[in-house]
Amino acid sequence: MKRAVLGAMMLGGIGLGVMRWLNSRQTKARAEREASRWLMVTINRRPDEVVPDGRLPEPLARLGETIEVQVREAPGDRGTELGARPVTPVPTGVEEVMARLAGEDPRQAVRTALRESKCLIETGEVLRPDEPPTTRPTPTGRLVDLASQRAGGEGRL
Amino acid sequence: MKALTWQGVNELSVERVPDPRILNAQDAIVKVRMTTTCGSDLHLLGGYIPAMRAGDVIGHEFLGEVVETGPEVRRHRVGDRVVVCSIIGCGRCWHCEHDMWSLCENSNPKPGITDMMWGGTTAGIFGYSHAMGGFKGSHAEYVRVPFIDYSAFTVPDGVDDLNALFASDAAPTGWMGADLGGVRPGDVVAVWGCGGVGQMAARAAILLGADRVIAIDRYPERLTMTERHIGAETIDYTRTDVIAELRERTGGRGPDVCIEAVGLEADSPGPQKIYDKAKQRLGLEQDRPIAVREAIHACRTGGSVFVLGVFAGMVDKFPLGALMNKGLTLRGAQQHGQRYIPKLLDLISKGELRTAHLATHTMTLDEGPRGYDMFKNKKDGCVRAVFRPWA
Repeated sequence: MKRAVLGAMMLGGIGLGVMRWLNSRQTKARAEREASRWLMVTINRRPDEVVPDGRLPEPLARLGETIEVQVREAPGDRGTELGARPVTPVPTGVEEVMARLAGEDPRQAVRTALRESKCLIETGEVLRPDEPPTTRPTPTGRLVDLASQRAGGEGRL
Repeated sequence: MKALTWQGVNELSVERVPDPRILNAQDAIVKVRMTTTCGSDLHLLGGYIPAMRAGDVIGHEFLGEVVETGPEVRRHRVGDRVVVCSIIGCGRCWHCEHDMWSLCENSNPKPGITDMMWGGTTAGIFGYSHAMGGFKGSHAEYVRVPFIDYSAFTVPDGVDDLNALFASDAAPTGWMGADLGGVRPGDVVAVWGCGGVGQMAARAAILLGADRVIAIDRYPERLTMTERHIGAETIDYTRTDVIAELRERTGGRGPDVCIEAVGLEADSPGPQKIYDKAKQRLGLEQDRPIAVREAIHACRTGGSVFVLGVFAGMVDKFPLGALMNKGLTLRGAQQHGQRYIPKLLDLISKGELRTAHLATHTMTLDEGPRGYDMFKNKKDGCVRAVFRPWA
């Protein structure tokens, strides 16, 4: 019993510590900087091929007024740097973690659209993963599924 | 269709799974004629690569016949006998255009996983976990091949299936180790591992003009095979001090180029194995870099070390001091197969590169679990088990 209480107190302490860290002024300031960061991909094509006559590639155009976009020539003959970010505030702290797990962080849709735009412009199609993903559902498989479903909208972009 | 599937750690079974379909206009469906085990599959089997799901079809080194093409396929037709690179490349991103195909920026439709793990996206690979795209593998009757115009190569008429099979992975991987490791005429090259990839790296080093090539392993049949079919010298690491032996054979300098073809489950007769295995079990490191450490220590000052063996995550006791102070160049990569396969098929057709001896055991797909047991445990001198799904 004593051990259980001690364990619960320790977990509570760690939880409180994490909450305080997430709510600290420094963490919030950093999160705000991250929230306004441009998400970027480099596309192996000239700018006039990436946005012909100023038209956005279809996956980005689908996001409409919810994003802002920048286009610039990449150095070293690397093609075009295409960037986008949500215009609406993005979740931070605990809310960000929950939104990312639920697939509701608006940056996930932006990352997916940037990757799809790159694939479409460079290869002419958006590559689809094999279907069905597998034939036997298991608990660990569901975790892999979750990671797979979020994979297009996560990562280093 | 029938396929060999991963069901859990050290658990494989042959199952009925849905036939693959054309999902993209540049896809094709290939009827698999031959498909082989690869040492890197053992990392999936052992649970070292985490993003596997029960029911995933494994296998990535294969040869077959094109039976259906998408409307945008230009370079292949139904009936083509093709060897397919294990790495999927789009052919038009910056990395593909610069012949770094395993870094393709468009062939992994689940890029966030490797992005988070390694800080960068890598190419899709057949049958190699959902981190590498979740593509179904080749140990099956049929397989979907995305971007087939860039991933598959027609086998010349004079080359039979068994000789061409290893141009899918083992031969280009080995060639890449020697090529990008910087082997030059007159060099002394050491290769850790006498499996399929190690043997191909040793042969590549010889063909690139190395003066001496020394291959290291512990299995007598693999050492004998390497001497006989590849023409390399060998060292049995259980019988001698490898670094001292290499020093003696190289006039005290050490090999100019060291190629590691072992990977994350490396063995050692000394305490290193116990140390690394304990840390691996406790989750304090993911990979056992025993051969990489030895290669770095053995390499001559100013030499080059190339890591061909597959590693997944973090390692411990990495000799960064030796690397820096000895002025070594360290490189690694999954294979850039598309860069080498045409040349390798040409060498195979001329008889300058022999690969068929690697196929020590040929069996049906139904015998897949037994084939992997033999391959993993080196039973009956198994170097590679080759499955024929339609036999």
